[in-house]
Amino acid sequence: MLFSEIVRMALSSLGANKLRAALTMTGITIGVFSIISVMTAIGALQNSIESGISFLGSNIFQFAKYPVNIDAGGETKKKYQNRRNITYRQALRYYELMQGNAQEICLKCFGRDLKGQAVYNGIKTTPSLTVVGTNRSFLTANAYTLSYGRNLNDEDVDLARSVLVIGKMIEKRLFPHESPIGKVIRMSGHTYTVIGVLVEKGTSFGQSQDDICLMPITRFFENYGEANRTVNIATQPFSTELYNRTLDKGISAMRIARGLGANQENDFEIYTNDSLKSAFISVAGVVRIGAFVVSFIALVAAGIGIMNIMLVSVTERTKEIGVRKSIGARSRDILRQFLTEAVFISEAGGVVGIILGVIGGDLLALWLKVDLIFPFGWAFAGLVVCSAIGIGFGLYPAYRAAALDPIEALRYE
Amino acid sequence: MMDTRDSIRPVGPVVIDIENITKDYVMGEEIVHALRGVSLRVHRNEYIAIMGPSGSGKSTLMNMVGCLDTPTSGRYGFNGRNVAEMDDDELAAIRNREIGFVFQTFNLLPRANTLRNVELPLIYAGVDPETREERATQTLIDVGLGDRLHHKPNELSGGQRQRVAIARALVNRPSIILADEPTGNLDSKTGEEIMSLFEDLYRRGNTIILVTHEADIARHARRTVRLRDGLIESDDLMTVPELESMALT
Ligand SMILES: Nc1ncnc2c1ncn2[C@@H]1O[C@H](COP(=O)(O)OP(=O)(O)OP(=O)(O)O)[C@@H](O)[C@H]1O
Ligand SMILES: [Mg+2]
Repeated sequence: MLFSEIVRMALSSLGANKLRAALTMTGITIGVFSIISVMTAIGALQNSIESGISFLGSNIFQFAKYPVNIDAGGETKKKYQNRRNITYRQALRYYELMQGNAQEICLKCFGRDLKGQAVYNGIKTTPSLTVVGTNRSFLTANAYTLSYGRNLNDEDVDLARSVLVIGKMIEKRLFPHESPIGKVIRMSGHTYTVIGVLVEKGTSFGQSQDDICLMPITRFFENYGEANRTVNIATQPFSTELYNRTLDKGISAMRIARGLGANQENDFEIYTNDSLKSAFISVAGVVRIGAFVVSFIALVAAGIGIMNIMLVSVTERTKEIGVRKSIGARSRDILRQFLTEAVFISEAGGVVGIILGVIGGDLLALWLKVDLIFPFGWAFAGLVVCSAIGIGFGLYPAYRAAALDPIEALRYE
Repeated sequence: MMDTRDSIRPVGPVVIDIENITKDYVMGEEIVHALRGVSLRVHRNEYIAIMGPSGSGKSTLMNMVGCLDTPTSGRYGFNGRNVAEMDDDELAAIRNREIGFVFQTFNLLPRANTLRNVELPLIYAGVDPETREERATQTLIDVGLGDRLHHKPNELSGGQRQRVAIARALVNRPSIILADEPTGNLDSKTGEEIMSLFEDLYRRGNTIILVTHEADIARHARRTVRLRDGLIESDDLMTVPELESMALT
C-alpha cells in the first residue's frame, strides 16, 4: 500500500476528531516548546557571547569579593560573605602598586543598598537606579562612551566633588527638553551637579544599562559611608600582549594590598571575560538540564495521552477495522494506519512546539539584545523524538487494532 | 439425484469445496453448534441461494466461505487450496481479489464518500491512484450510481448504499460474489433492482452465492441450498421447466 494513501487515511480520521487530536497534540507541544524555547534562548546567548560580546571592556580583568554565581549554594555563599571586604584603602594601595603597569584602573563601588531615585524639578525617576562611586576609568572598563559633557576626572575624585555622570535613561526622563549639564539634581538624600551623559547602551541580560549614575568614589563614601562596602577593581593592561603579565602583576599587587602571606590563598575573585563566559556556560548547562527534565516529563505524559486516545480510537473504530479487513486489508495495513495516526498527532504537536519554542526563545533573545537563531539541531532532534513517541506509544494500540479478528470486529456494535 | 434431462448440471471447475465443516461457539458453559457438518461443492459460474430459518447457520457458513471466519473442524478448499494452511496475508489477498462480499448492513465507511468507499479494495490491492479512480468510477456507473460519486453514505438511500457496497465488492473483479441478505434491508422493488445486478454478473460468468429469507429472491438463483439447525436440509438444482419459465419473464 502506498505511503501517501496511509497518510491520507490518517489525516482523514484525525480530521474527523479535530478537537480530540488537537488536545492530544497539546501535550507534545508543551514538552517540545519548553525544550526548544530554552535551547533557542541559550543558543542565541551563547552564540553572541562566543562571537565576541564582552561582559567586561576589552582585555579587562577585575577583582571582587564575590564570585559571579554567588547564588549557587548556601554553604559557599556563607564562605564569601565571611570574606573581608575589599576596602577603599586596599584598593588605593593596589592603584599605587599598579601605577605604570596598566592603562586604566577602575575602582568602583555599587550602592546596591541605596534607593537610587533622582529628582529634578518635581520629576522623579524610578527608584531603581544603579548608583556607582568610581573614577574616570569606569567608562573604559565597562564599555560605556560619553555622549556629551565630560567624564569624571582625577580632580573630582581628589576633591570629592558632588558631580554626576548620568545614563541616557535618566537624561530622557528628567531632562526631556533641556540639557542636563550643570543642572543640580537630588538623589538618595544628596544633591549633585550633572556633568556628563553616557551614550545609550541598551539592555544586557534583561537589565537596562542606561539607568546608571556615576559619582566620584570619594563623594560616594562621604555621602553613603564606607563601612560594609566592598570595592571592585577593574584593570586594563597597555596591550593585549601584556594581558597575562599584567594579570600576574595585578594578582600580586592585590595580594600585597590585602596583606596576604606567602602561603595564604587569594581571598578575592578574579573576573576575566573567559571566567565569565565559563560561568555563563555552567549556568546555561543547569538551565538546559532543567529544561530536559521538564520536557521529558511533559513528553512522557503526552505520550501516555496519545496511547490512551489511540486505544479509545481503536475501540470506537472496531467496525471500521472489520470492514477494512473484510475487503482485503492485511494486519500490517491496519497497523501502519494506526501507527501513522499516532505519529501524526505527535509530529504535529512537535512542529507546533518547535515553532512556538523558536518564537518564544527568540523573543527572549530579542529582549536580551542578542542575535536571533534557529536551532536546527534541536528542531531536528525534536522531530525525531516526536516520531519515537508516536511510534512508541502508538504501537500497542495499533497492534491491538491489527490483531482484531475480522468477523468479530465486523460484528462489533 | 436429479435427472440430467430435467436440470442444468454445473460444468465449470470446482471453486469452493467444503467438506463436513462444523463451527462451535463457546458461550460460557454452553456450546452453540452453529454448523454441525456441512458439505458444499460450488462450481465456477453457479448461482446459489442459501435459505433457512433464522439461526440455522447461513451467515456462519457465508463468513466461512468468504475466508472471514475459520471452521472448528472440517476442510475448506478454495480453488484447490486448503484454506486452513493459508496465513493471514494470503487470506487477506483472497478477500481482496477473489471474493466480493456484500453485507446485509452495507458496512460502508461512514466518513468516506461513495468513490472512496469503492476505491478501498483497490487501495489495499496496491493499484495506482489514476487506475483506481477510473475503475471505481466505472464500477459505480455500472451499478447506476455515476451521479453519486461524492456523496457520503448517509446522503444515500438504502438501495443506493447497497449498490455502493456491491460496487465495492465488484471493483477488484473477483470471480466469486458472496451476499448475505443483500436485499434484507430494502423494499421489494429496490430488491428486484439489486437482483437484476446479480443476474447480470452471473451472466458475465461470475459465481454468486447469496443468503436470503425470501422465496422471491431465491428464485433468481439456479440452485437452492436449505439449512436447518446447522445442517443442509436440501440442495436443489433448478429444473429445465423452471429455467424456461424464467427465460419467459
Ligand atoms: N459470535 C457468536 N457467538 C456465539 N454464537 C453465535 C455467534 N455467531 C453466531 N452464533 C450462533 O450461531 C447460530 C447461527 O448463527 P447465524 O448467524 O449463522 O444464523 P443465520 O442463519 O445467519 O440467522 P439469520 O437468518 O437470523 O441471520 C445461531 O444460533 C447464533 O446464535
Ligand atoms: Mg445471518
